[in-house]
Amino acid sequence: MVKIHPSEITPEHVYVNRRQFLIGAGAVIASWALGGCACPQEPEQQPPSGTAVPVESPQASADAGDLEDELNTFEEITTFNNFYEFSLSKTAVAGLAEDFKTSPWRVEVGGLVSNPNTFGLEDILKFEQEERIYRMRCVEAWSMVIPWNGFPLRKLLEEVEPTSDAKYVRFETLYDPEQMPGQNSSVLDWPYVEGLRLDEAMHDLTLLATGLYGKDLLPQNGAPVRLVVPWKYGFKSIKSIVGIKLVAEQPVTTWAAASPTEYGFYANVNPDVSHPRWSQASERRIGESGRRETLLFNGYGEEVAALYEGMDLEKKF
Amino acid sequence: MRSQKTLWLKIVVHAAAWVPFIALAWGYWQGGLGPDPTGEVIRRTGRVAIVFLILSLVPTAVKLLAGSGALIKVRRILGLYAFMYAALHFLGFAWLDYGFDLPFLLPALVDGRRTLAGLIALIVLLLLAITSTSGWIRRLGKNWKRLHRLTYLASVLVVLHYAWSFKELRAVPVVAGAILLLLLVMRIPPVARFLARWRRR
Repeated sequence: MVKIHPSEITPEHVYVNRRQFLIGAGAVIASWALGGCACPQEPEQQPPSGTAVPVESPQASADAGDLEDELNTFEEITTFNNFYEFSLSKTAVAGLAEDFKTSPWRVEVGGLVSNPNTFGLEDILKFEQEERIYRMRCVEAWSMVIPWNGFPLRKLLEEVEPTSDAKYVRFETLYDPEQMPGQNSSVLDWPYVEGLRLDEAMHDLTLLATGLYGKDLLPQNGAPVRLVVPWKYGFKSIKSIVGIKLVAEQPVTTWAAASPTEYGFYANVNPDVSHPRWSQASERRIGESGRRETLLFNGYGEEVAALYEGMDLEKKF
Repeated sequence: MRSQKTLWLKIVVHAAAWVPFIALAWGYWQGGLGPDPTGEVIRRTGRVAIVFLILSLVPTAVKLLAGSGALIKVRRILGLYAFMYAALHFLGFAWLDYGFDLPFLLPALVDGRRTLAGLIALIVLLLLAITSTSGWIRRLGKNWKRLHRLTYLASVLVVLHYAWSFKELRAVPVVAGAILLLLLVMRIPPVARFLARWRRR
């Protein structure tokens, strides 16, 4: 567990109000329910800022080293986006996504489950929202630190009750070329599909995010609901989800289908497994100068390494 | 009259070459390059380098197609600006991004064909820039032309380097590659002879 001192944080100052952040190993920071997001049903739960209660992290370890992680600014997080559904240019996404309609929104959850259900956004926001500060490492070798709001995907999966045949979870992004101009180009196979093994999906770090910096997600960040899997390359963290399906076979995911020798199903952050065309040993943290060493599992090894025990990470990249 | 035209042509090339540099330096200074200024410097200098490298192949193509050697006079400065932007591109990578941090930089240079292709192209362009002076042209004689054919290798490597820098195959480098292919095919002796016959008709 690595402490970040308030003085080190580049504040989005309205929001980050001299609270202590815990990052890295544990990653569960403050379970401040529903603060700041659109949660009409439980307004009384909004705590005054600055009184968040730190929650014990699941397996907090003392020595992850001082990573000196600072939060990226709201500006950085909302203007530098990889979201090919809107544009191939990271700085063009925010503008093109401005009018994206996120309400009404429905997420169909089905497949090998006993209790299939279609969740409206309002149902999704009923899950107790918490804040998680995670590092995000893109396969292109840049990274950010983002304070998400959301809840563990596990809680939603538990409601639909996966059957014993369910081994994987398949996620799908909205397909709507009228709203998402990038889908008119054949650069990838639309709609975007991602997947996780069921145990990865049930892991406590795996988040369904609905907000960041205490505000509702903006379209460029995958509004209204997206996945965040902090120990995997960013492309696994699928945005603007409309479908979640429990399946028996490993799903064919978009990037793995586009170039199977370069993008694997697992896509765990790993400095020792290079992209065939570039090194993954270091990364450029947006907002910093110089490089940072890339960490195995993006520094979340204590929590997730057990998922891959005995697996050859070079072959199952 | 003739030299007047050449002078204007040179002025246009010099102006076109410095505008992107000034815009970039100004943007960097003013913080106007967005959330990832380092990446923006690397991307922009790389793109300008490719444009100039491809442009440096145009004068000979125009001569083959139209019989006019007017542009040959700016071929050298086009090539030198290609090198200048390639060097800035490398500095953006090695200095702004990696801070000359050798334990990170050296493996990154040779790990993966993207940087390797760029590195070889840069070395070739450096060699060609050094030997671009009249003194070297005289000293090398016939070999100068042979040596400077390496620009074909550099241009192919640079387009590959560009294409390899994206996660997926992107349209822009493919277009650049198609233009390059056209410019190179024209120079193949039988094709060049065919063009000469076709021109005279």
